Amino acid sequence: MLRDVSLDVPAGSTLAVLGRNGAGKSTLLRILATLLRPHAGDVRLFGEALPRRGFAVRGRLGLLAHDPLLYRDLSGRENLGYHARLHGVGSERVEELLEAVGMGGRADEPVRLLSRGMVQRLAVCRAVLHDPSLLLLDEPLANLDPAATDLVAPLIGRACGATRVLTSHDPQAALAEADLVLGLEGGRAAFVTSPDQVDPAAVKRLYA
Amino acid sequence: MRTALTVLRKDLLLELRGLETLPAMILFAIVTFVIFHFGLNRDTIDGQLAAGVLTVTLLFAAMLGINRLFVAEREQGGFDAFLLAPVDRSALLVAKATALFLFLVVLEVIAVPAFGLLLLGPSLGPALPGLIAVLALGDVALAVIGTLVSAIAVQTRARDLIGPIIGLPLLLPALIGMARGAGPLLVAHGSSTPPGRWVAILALYDVVFALLSYAVFDFLLED
Amino acid sequence: MTTYGRGLRGLSLAAAATITLALALVFFYAPLDADQGFIQKIFYIHVPLAITALCGFVFGGVLGAMYLRTGDRKWDIRSYVAIHMALIFGVATLLTGTIWAKASWGHWWVWSDPTLTSFLIVMLLFATYQPLRFSIEDPERQSRYASVFAVVAGAFVPLNFIAVRAAQAYVHPRVLTLAGGNLPGSMRLTFLVSLVGVVLLYVTLWKYEMAAKSTRMQVRALRRALLGEDSVAPLKRSAAPS
Repeated sequence: MLRDVSLDVPAGSTLAVLGRNGAGKSTLLRILATLLRPHAGDVRLFGEALPRRGFAVRGRLGLLAHDPLLYRDLSGRENLGYHARLHGVGSERVEELLEAVGMGGRADEPVRLLSRGMVQRLAVCRAVLHDPSLLLLDEPLANLDPAATDLVAPLIGRACGATRVLTSHDPQAALAEADLVLGLEGGRAAFVTSPDQVDPAAVKRLYA
Repeated sequence: MRTALTVLRKDLLLELRGLETLPAMILFAIVTFVIFHFGLNRDTIDGQLAAGVLTVTLLFAAMLGINRLFVAEREQGGFDAFLLAPVDRSALLVAKATALFLFLVVLEVIAVPAFGLLLLGPSLGPALPGLIAVLALGDVALAVIGTLVSAIAVQTRARDLIGPIIGLPLLLPALIGMARGAGPLLVAHGSSTPPGRWVAILALYDVVFALLSYAVFDFLLED
Repeated sequence: MTTYGRGLRGLSLAAAATITLALALVFFYAPLDADQGFIQKIFYIHVPLAITALCGFVFGGVLGAMYLRTGDRKWDIRSYVAIHMALIFGVATLLTGTIWAKASWGHWWVWSDPTLTSFLIVMLLFATYQPLRFSIEDPERQSRYASVFAVVAGAFVPLNFIAVRAAQAYVHPRVLTLAGGNLPGSMRLTFLVSLVGVVLLYVTLWKYEMAAKSTRMQVRALRRALLGEDSVAPLKRSAAPS
């Protein structure tokens, strides 16, 4: 349950959402992804009002959440091919991304045989397949070792140029990347500030 | 349309990989024929009785497929993946219904000859063209209603139960059509064309429920 | 918020009056049937109950469609009440039907009548409405799915009657002849009054239940506003939102 959360995120910037498990981070991301309908209030993405205009914005956002959204019995390449066709993207893009995250060799194995880190890399590919201008990243670096983290950074990191909404269980890492910070506590906004104005005690309270 | 083909391809690929649902449906049908042999204590059956046994068996085998239709989507994030794409959502209905229809066709290609071999008295050959027509129309009904009911059921707590209890009454007119349409075909020297009345009822049922399902399906997918 | 209570007293009086009139006609005016005797008079309550139940189901479907179109929860509650009232009237139909069947044909149930069979199928379908509703926890999804069901099942009612009638028309003669044109004058009048009475009863009960649910919702909303979120215990099995 989310209540009274109000903020504006300028294009190209990064919003970090901090909070404990159950504070509402995933709910917020799902609403932004047009997967959940807000019961009250205004949500606008790229100027379009949700949920009514959801179909207009869906092609421009990418979601990376806990569920990789990959079919376990299909291979990485087949999964990405499926998503590519759904989004009207060509197969060259699939190959390009597979190479970029270093999964070229194992792309033909069924997903259920891959390690969590590899699955996460494939999920990153899936999220950026259609070149979204808004990235919704729920703990994107979970299960990734430093080498893998470096591989995905150009796709979903600050350098990629997209507007990003990012959650992380590591508040310091999130703050390092953020232009704007939202602290969620029990479904309510505890604070909304820029990273240099964040009160460390407030952050501690969120995770207490 | 392209979206529906994409989803259909994915579903057929998944079934080919896993190969669980279709073999189970086929096996179930054949075992059911054996059960009927013992239950009715007959070596051969014909006419309306045969049509009834065949229809009921196909129906319950179909239920197995229907229960599984959306499970992968629910458990592996397939719904989200589809909902995130900028596509027409009714395409999911078309894709799933087509997949189910194809499963039923494969089921029948094996089960109907098996039926001819194990239980049917008169020869299957002359009845085949009419039978195919009746079964095809019946399969459309099973596919459309099955998909609708499965989409409803997958979101409830009592998943496997809700599907059949809603689906069976809804399918009754179509089943009556299938059974009564096939009855006159399965007798020795029977007619080779099914009675027009039943073909008409099946066709009407198919059209009405296909349109209705298409209209309401979107509402089932929103969150 | 619509007040369902408005006009309720007038409606109840009208329903009560019409039913009383109908009963009077049944007992004192309508002729005694030569073959079946007194028990035939169950027809005057049984058939109106059946017609009202079936129309109630279709009405529920229309209300469900309104919910899908507008997203306004009140349509869903109206649909729910319409369907569950129709179910009650339907059960009453089946009970009066079996009593009549036993008395006049000697059997509790006959397959040879298409109307009975169609009715049974419709009841089997709508009996799943409540299990379906209450097995979905999220209230908004519950309303949506229930409305989809109501629309599909409502459309099913006429189609089902057509199919079953076709299945039996040429094999067995129609046992229940109730086409309005066939009834002699005195029977027709009694029947019509009965029909109006039962329909009024349905509408009255529908309004009563809507009034009760709507009042409860408002009371809960007020409590919540005045005493805070926790003062109101969540409802268990209920179609009404909070």
